[in-house]
Amino acid sequence: MTAAGAFNQLVQLLLVVAAAPLLMGWVNACRAWLQNRSAPSLLQPYRMLRKLLHKDAALAENASWLFRFAPYVIFGCMALAAGIVPVLATDLPFSRSADVIALVGVFAVARVFISLAAMDVGTAFGTLGARREMLIGALAEPALLIIFFNFALISQSTSLTTIVETLAHREFALYPSLAFAAVAFAMVLLAENARVPVDNPATHLELTMVHEALILEYSARHLALIEWASAIKLFAYCAIGIACFVPWGIAGAGDWGALPLAIGAAVAKLVIAGAGLAVVETVSAKMRIFRVPEFVATAFMLAMLGLLLHYVFEV
Amino acid sequence: MSAATVSPLEVVIGVVLFWLAIGVVAILRPGRPEIVTRFLYPLGAFAGLLLAAVGLVAIGLPWKGMVLPLGLPDLPFHVRLDALSAFFLLILGAASAGISCYSAGYFSGEKNGTAGLTCLQFHWFLASMALVLIADDAYLFMVAWETMALSSYFLVTTEHHVPQIRRAGFVYLLIAHVGAIAILLCFGVLHGGHGNYTFDAMRQAELPSDWATIAFLLALVGFGAKAGIVPLHVWLPDAHPAAPSPVSALLSGVMLKTAIYGLIRVTYDLLPSIHWEWGLLVLVIAVVTTLFGVLFALMQHDLKRLLAYHSVENIGIILIGFGLSLIYAGTGHPLLAVLGLLAALYHTLNHAIFKGLLFLGAGAVLHGSGLRDLGRMGGLIRVMPVTAFLFLVGALAISALPPLNGFVSEWLTFQAALLSPALEHGVLRSIIPLAAAALALAGALTAMCFVKVFGVVFLGLPRSGEAVQGREVSQWEQLGMGWLAALCVLLGLAPVWMLGVMDPIALQLLDYSLTYSGGASHWLWLTPVAAERASYSPIVFFLVIVTVVLATFWLVRALYHGRLRRTDPWDCGFPGLNARMQDTAEGFAQPIRQIFAPVYRIELHQPDPFDRTPRYHAEVRDRFWGLIYFPIAEAAAFCSRLIGRIQVGRVSIYLMYSFVTILFLLAFVR
Repeated sequence: MTAAGAFNQLVQLLLVVAAAPLLMGWVNACRAWLQNRSAPSLLQPYRMLRKLLHKDAALAENASWLFRFAPYVIFGCMALAAGIVPVLATDLPFSRSADVIALVGVFAVARVFISLAAMDVGTAFGTLGARREMLIGALAEPALLIIFFNFALISQSTSLTTIVETLAHREFALYPSLAFAAVAFAMVLLAENARVPVDNPATHLELTMVHEALILEYSARHLALIEWASAIKLFAYCAIGIACFVPWGIAGAGDWGALPLAIGAAVAKLVIAGAGLAVVETVSAKMRIFRVPEFVATAFMLAMLGLLLHYVFEV
Repeated sequence: MSAATVSPLEVVIGVVLFWLAIGVVAILRPGRPEIVTRFLYPLGAFAGLLLAAVGLVAIGLPWKGMVLPLGLPDLPFHVRLDALSAFFLLILGAASAGISCYSAGYFSGEKNGTAGLTCLQFHWFLASMALVLIADDAYLFMVAWETMALSSYFLVTTEHHVPQIRRAGFVYLLIAHVGAIAILLCFGVLHGGHGNYTFDAMRQAELPSDWATIAFLLALVGFGAKAGIVPLHVWLPDAHPAAPSPVSALLSGVMLKTAIYGLIRVTYDLLPSIHWEWGLLVLVIAVVTTLFGVLFALMQHDLKRLLAYHSVENIGIILIGFGLSLIYAGTGHPLLAVLGLLAALYHTLNHAIFKGLLFLGAGAVLHGSGLRDLGRMGGLIRVMPVTAFLFLVGALAISALPPLNGFVSEWLTFQAALLSPALEHGVLRSIIPLAAAALALAGALTAMCFVKVFGVVFLGLPRSGEAVQGREVSQWEQLGMGWLAALCVLLGLAPVWMLGVMDPIALQLLDYSLTYSGGASHWLWLTPVAAERASYSPIVFFLVIVTVVLATFWLVRALYHGRLRRTDPWDCGFPGLNARMQDTAEGFAQPIRQIFAPVYRIELHQPDPFDRTPRYHAEVRDRFWGLIYFPIAEAAAFCSRLIGRIQVGRVSIYLMYSFVTILFLLAFVR
């Protein structure tokens, strides 16, 4: 591990953790514009976090240690995920210790802990949210893994940095399998980040909420950490999509000259991704909860199809 | 005799004799149950530790055989300790050490004087498993195998006054013997007509390819019946819950693994060559077994039954690795075959540890609160904090979450599956990723199932009075579970070391080692093939996550404050929260039942809208009973009735039958 690599790693991790709420603010602003509302400030998520951190935590009387411990674990998992995904440069020494399978595992750890915490107090909504979250996750997680397998087969590696380097530095070629993987990934992104049409991040309507039901009992700093972790998760997913499907512009290892370009490219791509997300959320309607498994299963099957197409056309 | 002159094999035999002796001592002192629990189980646990240590050392040593002065005249017992046996002895020793220690606390409350008998069966069961693993001839193998089946049968039927348990025991014994017959026939084919039943003779026998396939199929059926592959799994979900919890832990954690041992021993050691078609068959069965196991586990509301279905699932995962290894070995890719085999073996070890832990946890819940039905539990984390924590470790491990041990073996299996482009056969290499997809789905569903289990059992509000009055279990039980939980963490964090230890097995069975591939192995990075292909470092992973969590905790405290106020739950402002408003185990898994409805046979009774006392009833049943077992049972009964017609109950008639038979034989047989 070189000093430059370690530096790059640390800077990127902190940058992602710090910038994640900004992306959330951008998506919210775009949604507001598309819906003919006047948009909140881009910094609104930061103000929200600051307010929550200042408040006293109100904890249910029967909440156990698991309930108080979970927000830190979830935040830790998401920060770790932010450290694995190449955003600016592929020179990430830490990415060696966790490949894409471990990355999916990290998301799974966070999901398991948030669901367990939701069941801890024993409220009707908490368990309902946990059930729905695990249901969506049980189908979305394998779909994400299969999407990654598509890349692993093309680049002969399950390490995310190697995948990005292989895809960014090849001559232009069309991979039919990746078209399927891209559609599947977009669907998984919507499902995993509690966006419309799977879940509505702005609702507190009891019968339809998933993510909000999970965190209903949380307040103050615990809630702040979970919301922040969700923002990092959205950022990480967007970054994964960018790194895998449009990797051009990400600086290679040790290539410091390419960094300004990489920053510009990353910002531009994230702005477009956030706006695209807002458009998708605006034009689609929230699904009934029992349509969601179908939606995620479609993503799973599309990813599988991509895998088979790889063997048919690309080997 | 000094320590230097005792060979590992002699120590193993010593441990076996010691366990047998413990059993005899236990039965000789029926009036003193406290001796059994205070001394005999801890002594057994100590012997288990010793066995694990010997196994660990002996994996790296050259093999050593012995002829015991026991058995029939001209038919002595052959024993042998090689890398494969040593690895499985390590599993047996490590798991049984925790389980025996736990038993010291678990059986201490028994009042009805069966403590001595249980202790005898328990230790003879352990000894017979060790003998299976070191047997080097078919004769000793079958004797030990049958002793194992019988001692575990008596353990399963410990509470034989309950009719369901007697039925479960009967089904277990029946399928165990169908399997034993298949194994016996398999050895019959393998020995190739020389009349010599030592494994050495079988290794030398030059078996024609067709006969090798027949032997393999017989082994698959025979050992598959013990391991619980679909459709021979039906005894498992009945027998595991019937037995006392430490015994369930042994059955699921260790005994199923002897079947994996037998399968590997026969295919890789005794059979002359490997055909990839076998691997394909194993892979298909494994995928079906995996998905079937986890889907039915999700539907269970009896904790131990649920865990039993997860054993079916995990046997499937082990066999996915084994099947991949057979395919690669059969097509001439030794490195990939080694990877698949080590993935299977690592998962075998991991499953023994975390499933043992989970069954002990289920036993602790039963012991501490008297409950085994998920519908009556809840909130036990508040009265049984230690058990809850240890169970959580096991639940995270079985859900294949990093950085615990279950993740490592699934990671290795995924890596083995992703190397399928190396194969030349087009259909074959595109089928293998389907197995990886099934494994991914099973892993995610397992996580859902264990969120259900942990949430319903330990979290939330207590659903019954027993759950409120639950007590933490004794220190022996905590120690036993703690040992297995520590192993879960250790095997999760140090896979590089463990795979290095396991490498001689690959060298012995496949003449190939992971180190040949050129992927330089480093103590920190797990790189099974090459560093740029895939790497995983659980230690770095774990350190980073711990650092981030601690840093976050410290930052939040330092920059803001840690003020906390305890109030009523919020629950969207609805008042009058009670325990019945929580999700039940059935409710939690209901969406899965709906999505995968075609898999299940569901008996649903929904009340009429005008019913004054409405009752809702849904039961999920196993299709295989109706598809396979009931028709066979009916056919057997039908044949018996036909044959029964010639039974008239008069001696003269029976003598006439003998007379006719002899005439017939004289006429046609020379």
